[in-house]
Amino acid sequence: MALETFGLTRDQLLDIDYYLRLTRTLEERLVAMFRQAKVIGGLYRSLGQEGESVAAAYALDYKQGDVVQPLIRNMGAILVAGATPSDIIKQYMAKGDSPTRGRELNIHFGHPERDGFIGQISMLGDMIPVMAGIALAGRMRKKNLVSLAFIGDGASSTGAFYEGMNFATVKKLPMVVVLENNGYAYSTPTANQTAARALADKAYAFGCASDTVDGNDVLATYGAVKRAVDHARSGGGVTLLEVITFRMKGHAEHDNAAYVPPELVEEWKGKDPLQRFERALVENHYASGEDFSRIQERVRREVDTATDEAERSPMPRGEEAAMGLYAGDGYWES
Amino acid sequence: MAETTYIEAITQAMAEEMARDERVFLIGEDVGAYGGAFKTSAGLLERFGAERVIDTPISEIAIVGAASGAALMGMRPIAEMQFIDFITCAYDMLVNFAATSRYRVGSSCPLVVRGPAGAGVHGGPFHSLSPEAMFMNRPGLKIVSPGTAYDAKGLLKAAIRDDDPVIYIEHKFLYRRIKENLPEEDYIVPLGKANVRRSGKDLTIVTWGAMIYVADEAADALAKDGVSVEVIDLRSILPFDEEAILTSVAKTNRAIILHEAPLTGGAGAEFAARIAEKAFDYLDAPIKRVASLDVPTPYSPPLEEYYLPNASKVLAAARELLAY
Repeated sequence: MALETFGLTRDQLLDIDYYLRLTRTLEERLVAMFRQAKVIGGLYRSLGQEGESVAAAYALDYKQGDVVQPLIRNMGAILVAGATPSDIIKQYMAKGDSPTRGRELNIHFGHPERDGFIGQISMLGDMIPVMAGIALAGRMRKKNLVSLAFIGDGASSTGAFYEGMNFATVKKLPMVVVLENNGYAYSTPTANQTAARALADKAYAFGCASDTVDGNDVLATYGAVKRAVDHARSGGGVTLLEVITFRMKGHAEHDNAAYVPPELVEEWKGKDPLQRFERALVENHYASGEDFSRIQERVRREVDTATDEAERSPMPRGEEAAMGLYAGDGYWES
Repeated sequence: MAETTYIEAITQAMAEEMARDERVFLIGEDVGAYGGAFKTSAGLLERFGAERVIDTPISEIAIVGAASGAALMGMRPIAEMQFIDFITCAYDMLVNFAATSRYRVGSSCPLVVRGPAGAGVHGGPFHSLSPEAMFMNRPGLKIVSPGTAYDAKGLLKAAIRDDDPVIYIEHKFLYRRIKENLPEEDYIVPLGKANVRRSGKDLTIVTWGAMIYVADEAADALAKDGVSVEVIDLRSILPFDEEAILTSVAKTNRAIILHEAPLTGGAGAEFAARIAEKAFDYLDAPIKRVASLDVPTPYSPPLEEYYLPNASKVLAAARELLAY
């Protein structure tokens, strides 16, 4: 049977492969820099979750004004939306010319209207009401945009998640919520997070559409998100989409995840989204090993250049800490 | 010209700003068809439509969160808390998301969160809050608290036009008790500027909100004893008009800070500290604070009366200071 590509062209499929490789390579670079103490704060891997991150963000239309909001394991999503590797490395290195000028960590950056993405705050549930507000503003301004929020099995236990989902559904906002079930929130397994049979079942309480997809199947995830995006854009309202995936590393690099049964990690190693995607493209004659080599070469070059640029960047001046709290001091305009 | 009540001033400010700027909208519980629990938004739905006067589920986090998201997108939301006490339910969203947005990532988040505050109307523990202090130590927000109809209108218009998030604390005790002749023409009251409500030379009372009338009463009583009191209506709690406070204390050499929130950890502690740090040489007496008791606001009138500051408490403090 032919591969279901949901209308994606060969170029787009290779483009997706590029973002998958870019995400993984950039993270591997950050791990190396973390071990060299060049990353100032923590480092959170998305290994095993690059597929759903990239696929979901790829289903949006940024020219239309769509906005994606990642969690820490969705670096791939903001790369698709237009964040650059050098921006991200500078953020991790707390550089003075990073997008947040050293004020914020990792991928906590981006402006919804200017960049098409908005970084999360650490109170993750809060982003659901905020993304509802972005969708609301889009509708008020007749933009026909869709907002896409990522949320995890952990943050879907917060009150803000419930208020935001309920509000967005009542108001029939053009919004897609990708609920990642990656097995663990820090050390807490999903079974200790909720007694719901499936996270997608939470949709019944809200009255929104719901769906479930294999998050390690890049094309299936793209297809499911695209359906939800089209549904939202055509006035159908909110979709809660559970993506089943697995967090292959600890909560962050400092966490050896000894609480995760090793056989579970082994099982999911066989489901690596990048390998599955590339294998499917080869088997269905969309791409060859040469295509992937070329993409990997390009990615390596870009990550090298970005690393050099970030390393050369200055740290912020200490006295900048006092600036830019309110409008009017000219800090952010300078 | 017709007299305007404090609550009408708020309604007028919203209506005029909504007419002036299509980015301005109101979002909250029962603000539309019902016109708000206190009728603050009466007539706005009919005039501006359901798209700009948005009724919501009972979800303060969603109200403030959606307003924040819309603000990032260039809108100018006014989020109403049905009673300001419920702002505590949205505390996380305000202090972590809205307040930090510009400082963290350079994104302007210009929303106004407003709602009826204050005691004196037997609202009990959950309908009487003066919330300013709980937001003072979380940089990024602005906080205003008008005590007159003129300021209620001018500060709300300034807050809506401001590029940063503003908490607008309106005192429900004043809603229909205060009436003033307001200018016909458009005006604002700038954020961060105090008003010298009454000029004097012997003692300064720094206050805001409904307490300005308690200060007036105390000042009238002291005037009969030949004591001249200066009343500074702070109006903006954050950022606050430090210069106005220090200038007054330099003149009178005595200071009382009067506020309705409980004493300990109240905003008055900050103002007292600022005077002690920057005007110590001018002081002829210790700085005094007059505030509510350090308990939740009780319901029964005798209890609430005992709990709240009043003119005789201010007079006692003033006489103590004047004895130095």
